[in-house]
Amino acid sequence: MSDAVEVKTLIIDEQEVSARRGQTILEVARENEIYIPTLCHMEGLSDVGACRMCLVEIKGSKKLLPACVATVFEGMEVSTNTERLKQHRRTILELLFAERNHICSVCVANGHCELQTLGQEQGLTHIRLPYRNPQLTVDASNERFTIDHNRCILCTRCVRVCAEIEGAHVWDVMGRGINSIVITDLHEDWGSSSCTRCGKCVQVCPTGALFDKSKVGTDHPKNPEFLPYLNLMREAQ
Amino acid sequence: MSKLKLATVWLDGCSGCHMSFLDMDERLIELAEFVDVVYSPIVDAKEFPDEVDIVLVEGAVASVDDEKKIKKIRAHSKTLVAMGDCAVAGNVPSMRNPIGPDAILERAYIENATVQQQIPCVVVPKLLKVVRPIHEFVNVDVFLPGCPPSADTFYAALTALVTGEPLDIPALTRFGA
Amino acid sequence: MTIEELEQIATSVRQEHEKYDYEVNVCMDLACASQGADRLREALVKEAEASGKKVLVRRTGCMGPCSSGPLVRVDPAETLYRHVHSDHAESIVASLGGEPVAELQCDLSDHFDKQVRVVLENAGYIDPEKIDDYIGRDGYKALLTALTEMTPNGVIHRITESGLRGRGGGGYPTGLKWGTVSKAGGDMKYVVCNGDEGDPGAFMDRSVMEGDPHRVIEGMAIAAYAVGASKGFIYVRAEYPVAVSRLTTALREARRRGLLGNNICGTTFNFDMEIRLGAGAFVCGEETALIASIEGRRGTPKPRPPYPAVSGLWGKPTLINNVETYANVAPIMRNGGKWFFNMGSERSKGTKVFALTGKITNTGLVEVPMGIKLWEIIDVIGGGVPDGHKLKAVQTGGPSGGCIPADMLDLGVSYDALMAAGSIMGSGGMIVMDDTSCMVNVARFFVEFCMTESCGKCIPCRAGTAQMYTLLSRFCDGSGTMEELELLEELCGTIKDTSLCGLGMTAPNPVLSTLKYFRNEYIEHIVHKRCPAGVCNIKAPVEVLA
Repeated sequence: MSDAVEVKTLIIDEQEVSARRGQTILEVARENEIYIPTLCHMEGLSDVGACRMCLVEIKGSKKLLPACVATVFEGMEVSTNTERLKQHRRTILELLFAERNHICSVCVANGHCELQTLGQEQGLTHIRLPYRNPQLTVDASNERFTIDHNRCILCTRCVRVCAEIEGAHVWDVMGRGINSIVITDLHEDWGSSSCTRCGKCVQVCPTGALFDKSKVGTDHPKNPEFLPYLNLMREAQ
Repeated sequence: MSKLKLATVWLDGCSGCHMSFLDMDERLIELAEFVDVVYSPIVDAKEFPDEVDIVLVEGAVASVDDEKKIKKIRAHSKTLVAMGDCAVAGNVPSMRNPIGPDAILERAYIENATVQQQIPCVVVPKLLKVVRPIHEFVNVDVFLPGCPPSADTFYAALTALVTGEPLDIPALTRFGA
Repeated sequence: MTIEELEQIATSVRQEHEKYDYEVNVCMDLACASQGADRLREALVKEAEASGKKVLVRRTGCMGPCSSGPLVRVDPAETLYRHVHSDHAESIVASLGGEPVAELQCDLSDHFDKQVRVVLENAGYIDPEKIDDYIGRDGYKALLTALTEMTPNGVIHRITESGLRGRGGGGYPTGLKWGTVSKAGGDMKYVVCNGDEGDPGAFMDRSVMEGDPHRVIEGMAIAAYAVGASKGFIYVRAEYPVAVSRLTTALREARRRGLLGNNICGTTFNFDMEIRLGAGAFVCGEETALIASIEGRRGTPKPRPPYPAVSGLWGKPTLINNVETYANVAPIMRNGGKWFFNMGSERSKGTKVFALTGKITNTGLVEVPMGIKLWEIIDVIGGGVPDGHKLKAVQTGGPSGGCIPADMLDLGVSYDALMAAGSIMGSGGMIVMDDTSCMVNVARFFVEFCMTESCGKCIPCRAGTAQMYTLLSRFCDGSGTMEELELLEELCGTIKDTSLCGLGMTAPNPVLSTLKYFRNEYIEHIVHKRCPAGVCNIKAPVEVLA
């Protein structure tokens, strides 16, 4: 009992805040309306700490910690927006933009894309790194949805939502390093996979990699807000 | 105060940025108080002048010709502005990069041609293997992303460049805007 | 199995050996085996039988100086023969009791004298497939003594006292790690041995697993007793089939002798272990990825904390140590913590096994006390750079390490000194480079390794290593610019600071250390379009046209 309600006090960006034991830095920051950028994190899914956007500095430690998985401790002093962090975030975003073929102007997610928004928010005006221009496929075999690997940033939200919420675990990651891609089943076409066509993966995809065929052009807002609600309802049962 | 010399250039792009530039409408007249357009697809000058204060470059570098041009432009300009996503990031012209120029030429001049199926070898400049943004060839002073950047963006950016006021580009525009 | 029974076996093994006048030990490690050590041994057995002399022909693990293989050592005279082939069997057997075969004999006393053998104490002296050979050299004594005479905390205390630090590369104090796992709650705990050695040019762990597998098993069993675990896993890469087969045999023998299983030595201690094969992913040497792999999931790392010591295999407290770390445990238990503590440098205790490779006369496996100067390893033990070339740099720590230039050879080998020099101890690969190596190309080689071995989970490592590789390739082909060099340095900083696991965090090290000590070579490539070592094929800078 005492463990569960133990209260920690800490400082985030010079603001004194309190938190429950076991809460992550990100949770506490959001409760207190302190903004930390995220990309692979999605409320309602498990966290993997892969995108490194939410890295924060902890006083007394040289190591940067991902706010989405690092838990709070008493007396912790967190900085979320130092020059060092801003520079790293910009470089990480540049790495993402240069990794595959992100052509915002022709993307279904133009205007609704988390990568695009983050790029603007973090002050990116151009990509200094050479574009890699890889040759990647588009799988439109599913009757309702399409995956364009050119736009995938491998956040694995689709993998997690399919396994954790839908319970189908159709999506997974194949290959290593720069050659990694998300696949359906054992690299079947999406259309002939065991996909339940629930569409959750499309809703949580931060970019235009997964999209609904019935939506035209850039009119493709995503609505991942259903996740926390769904979890809440399931817990209530 | 003498007027600044403004040039605009069109490399591999759709001219949409120039259209958007013209969309400044009556504000163009206001800007004309401060700048003279000395070279542009929309004026008559044939040669890029020796000294230009501000040059707006639309389009990516896609051919040997583009590459020569951008190097010349850089050599004769004080402030080089990459105008629009093609110049900033490659954008649509760069979509051919994963498959290479041969496939594009084949499609355009052989597969889709009904007469005279032949890939041109004179006059039409040779394509580079990879379409690249201009900052991979020359130093760029200002990046104005957007496809195209809006007329408001142009107005705000040019006003700042002319007056020397600070310019917060991410507040104005983004990739694909 | 009781201590008395163990000693009986040891005595009978020694008596058995005393029946022979001569022992002919044939190194059967990979390097020697690949040059026909197998046929050589058969020939020796045949000749020995025919001669009527009392000769024991024994296959052994790695003797060390691989470049001189196949190696044969004749005891008790300790005569070492090199480059021995089956044709030589007759003359070797004939020479027993007389003068040694002069044309084969080699004097590697410089090579051996500076070495101190703790981990490799049995290498070259036992048959790795015979548990009794191991028992004959005090094997399993430490385990049974610990079980019957010491408390788990006593064991941990001794390891702590010894100052042993993790030999996998990180150098985390072993006693501290054991203590953490020991204090972690729960009824189920695991010990895991990390045998996923993957650094290019490193084969220390393979040699230990192949040449002395029981040493690893004993170390793990002692660790399991100390931390309260009852189940162990040895994670070995599938590319080491001999190690897997030797370990499989060793486990079977150990179970047969009652050294693994329930109620070991009549105590309440139960412990057994399994071998798990890795599929050749370098990143599975990272402990959280290794755990994922053992659990049957994709081998990708997880953010730490929680550390495996608290939440590891299937969420249970798990002790993960490297092969060489476990191999140090039994000698420490037998000889005491102080004995180990007195070896080595101030903050790095004991010995370290290095796989000496590259442009050096005596390539092979060496074990040296910590703190030994680099030049002693290179010039004395290694016999210097061959063919009249000049030493340029020594690369330690594999793809996570760095290059130490020739003028810093007075550096004492320890975790901290190597770290301060921009490299790391790593698991023990040591690659010697001479003036024919281009350092930009070397950096590119290691970055390429990290790029292909990145798991792809976090962006800085996945895309960052690929970008580093692109930029380095541009330098190598002469198309790079000084702005790109600046960009590369910035990128290195981001990858180092922001990667999820050690693979990514250390991937820029080969670039950073070569930039630190060999910056002029980068500038030669970029500005003057020239590769000083003549390795890179730099062409005139023309734009490649369609």
